[in-house]
Amino acid sequence: MADLTPELEKERVKICKVAKEQGLDFFETVFEMVTYDQISQFAAYGGFPVRYPHWKFGMEYEHLSKSYEYGLSKIYEMVINTDPCYAYLMIGNSHMDQKLVMAHVYGHCDFFKNNFWFSKTNRKMMDQMANHATRVRRYMDLYGNDTVENFIDVCLSVENLIDRYGMYTDQQKTFIRTESKDIQKPHTPEELGLLKVNKSYMRDYINPPDFIESQKKKLQDKILEKRNKFPEEPVKDVLNFLIHYAPLEEWQQDLLSMIRDESCYFSPQGMTKTMNEGWASYWHSKIMTEKILNDSEIIDFADHHSGTMAIQPGGYNPYKIGIELFRDIEERWNKGQFGREWDECDDVNARKNWDLKSGKGKEKIFEVRARYNDVNFIDEFLSEDFCVRNKFFVYKFNQKTNRFEIDTRDFKAIKAKLLFHMTNFGQPIIRVENANYENKGELLLQHLYEGVDMQPDFMSQTLQNVFKLWNRPVHLATVMEEAPQIFSYDGKEFTTKKVVV
Amino acid sequence: MSIREDHNRFRNIIKGRVKQDLRKFVSNGEMIGKRENEFVKIPLPSIDIPTFRYGPKQQGGVGQGQGEAGEGTGDGSGQGQAGDNTGEHLMEVELSVSELADILGEKLELPMIKPKGAQSIEAIKTKFTGLKTVGPDALRQTKQTYKSALRRALIAGNYDVEDPNIIPIRRDYRYRSFKKIPQPQTRAVVIYMMDVSGSMGDEQKEIVRIESFWINAWLRKHYKGLETRFIIHDAAAKEVDENTFFRTSESGGTLISSAYKLCQEIIEKDYPPHEWNIYPFHFSDGDNWSHEDTKICVDLLKNFFLNYVNVFSYGQVDSRYGSGQFLKDLQREFPIDDRLTLSRIENRDKILDSIKDFLGQGK
Repeated sequence: MADLTPELEKERVKICKVAKEQGLDFFETVFEMVTYDQISQFAAYGGFPVRYPHWKFGMEYEHLSKSYEYGLSKIYEMVINTDPCYAYLMIGNSHMDQKLVMAHVYGHCDFFKNNFWFSKTNRKMMDQMANHATRVRRYMDLYGNDTVENFIDVCLSVENLIDRYGMYTDQQKTFIRTESKDIQKPHTPEELGLLKVNKSYMRDYINPPDFIESQKKKLQDKILEKRNKFPEEPVKDVLNFLIHYAPLEEWQQDLLSMIRDESCYFSPQGMTKTMNEGWASYWHSKIMTEKILNDSEIIDFADHHSGTMAIQPGGYNPYKIGIELFRDIEERWNKGQFGREWDECDDVNARKNWDLKSGKGKEKIFEVRARYNDVNFIDEFLSEDFCVRNKFFVYKFNQKTNRFEIDTRDFKAIKAKLLFHMTNFGQPIIRVENANYENKGELLLQHLYEGVDMQPDFMSQTLQNVFKLWNRPVHLATVMEEAPQIFSYDGKEFTTKKVVV
Repeated sequence: MSIREDHNRFRNIIKGRVKQDLRKFVSNGEMIGKRENEFVKIPLPSIDIPTFRYGPKQQGGVGQGQGEAGEGTGDGSGQGQAGDNTGEHLMEVELSVSELADILGEKLELPMIKPKGAQSIEAIKTKFTGLKTVGPDALRQTKQTYKSALRRALIAGNYDVEDPNIIPIRRDYRYRSFKKIPQPQTRAVVIYMMDVSGSMGDEQKEIVRIESFWINAWLRKHYKGLETRFIIHDAAAKEVDENTFFRTSESGGTLISSAYKLCQEIIEKDYPPHEWNIYPFHFSDGDNWSHEDTKICVDLLKNFFLNYVNVFSYGQVDSRYGSGQFLKDLQREFPIDDRLTLSRIENRDKILDSIKDFLGQGK
């Protein structure tokens, strides 16, 4: 690792100044020059110099370094969301590339600092990661490499089961019972659901004793059922629940919570991928073309930029969608194409020439970058005009032809599909329904089914891993091939039970 | 760097040295993937940690581009998901087939092929290489001649801008000069033979297709103008074009000798062995009609093929119906013979190993 060369340092100062003038606001950013081998390593470690030992990083490293050696792909830059921000530039990239990357990095850093969804991230994650690495190594010394690594494999299998949107509420979820569940205690008529009686002589006719008895029974059953159910309300943060309630050794508990911390750290980056890349691309393009490029570099810049923005048939490029949406928003707010009058206008010609000279574009995009994540970004700003202009379509798999085919260009369908993919990263939402299933201390997980089946082989493997944590039979309620089912694993065999609705 | 530790650990898992239970998640990437426009995917083994996830074919996604409803999306594996990587910046570059052959060679540590007959046959090629001052008038270069005349006039001070009059004299004349370059010629032919009897299923043919693609890529790198011939056989053999070779499905018995005889005919007719490098490849599931026929094959190999070809390769693809006897017979008849390469291909994943068997000797 080395500092920037004097020429690059000069450029950095210039770019930094321009970025600040444009209103970008970022933590101090430290640039380092690294070789391709080092950048492959950092990228494999998710950007951090030190991580706990695990083969998955080795795999990632092999993929990255091989595809670089074969000329398949190239990492231009990495930037880490910490304070100060660290960014790596690869030695051997052209001077123009390095300038572009620096401008791009300042875009990311501004986003990291100001976007709401990053407000809860640990800005000292570099230390934390190193700390995790030390702890894992210590456990390996104590309990053996294989034991610890096998357990990490299990943890990684469930690392995505966190509540991605729940971390922003301040109240720490506790699972302690709130109301008393005493069935002996006399019940009020309201609790029993008795009919209201005004005239006392009518009492036994309106609410006959056997009716009262049956209502009482019903209520007691309900309370009993609730009493056996734990947690009372379904818990979305499955990982956190397991940390607290699974019968784990202390080191296992510690490991699981490390995995959860790291998972939570990376979560906002996934939640804002499109916006973050779009924002950074918007700024590298603006800063470079308006202030930094000299005449001899313009072709190289165009080449690099268009390579980054390229869309493959059937592919979704977050850089492209992000930058186009930000530009669209800027233009619309500059021209006043928002609000009620705009929404209600049906005249194609009027819409086309709509220009109120509001000039609010810049203000708006800065506001958007501070408050939104990919889901509401797409939900609010993806317009029909935009979809048509950018030639969006929905594709699906055709069993008959055995390939992916364009399904429709309908705006609603496109938006629904995009949002589906972005909510919870396009992963199934799973929550803890009952940790005392059938009153036997078995774990019931519930998949909130949204019309798409889970992949069966991965599901059963993951369920086995959940069993390794819970140590009692585990169950997963989901829908498979249009039938609600409960899959169970008791440590020896799988069983499937159709649920009758 | 600690990444080395993690990398070694990963390699060991992939090779099945440790943690056998993880090996079932190893996917080999795609062997040749899509071959359109010379773009080829290369295999990178990876292990998928199981998580709760949706099946890829169930989901579909959103893409961008031209096309009507019902049209294919091309690559199709479009990414609909946001990853949770830090701001990585990846670009893709296409790989050509010959670059791929290099990678294959590197990966399998294949030796370079030493062509035979390199010294024995030479072709003379003439090539214009420059200019000289003597030569036949037919090769005189007017433009160069006048240039040197002009240069001479300028130096001598005879050049008059008002009246530019350049007259070349004898020593200004320039002629094209040529060189005779002796070129060692290497010519090679690959003759693919495939059993297409009823017992060879689609999967077996696909394996043969992938394997012969790679073999072709490697040999093509070493021989310009590699010729390929294709023979299919069940109880009778016939020569076909490439397309038919990979598509036909016949049914019926198997007489391997029929193919060997036809192959022998082709070689004798078109490819004199002292001028050609000859690589016959035979793929079958190892079922032969009778013991007598196997005997004929063995004789043919002994008396003809092994004396005239560079190396004779036999690849046996496992199938549900084949007995696999032929490979055993050959192993018995030719216990050690480096002119004959035998390889058993159990399934798709073993293709690379098998290619290494075939090409690993550099012959």
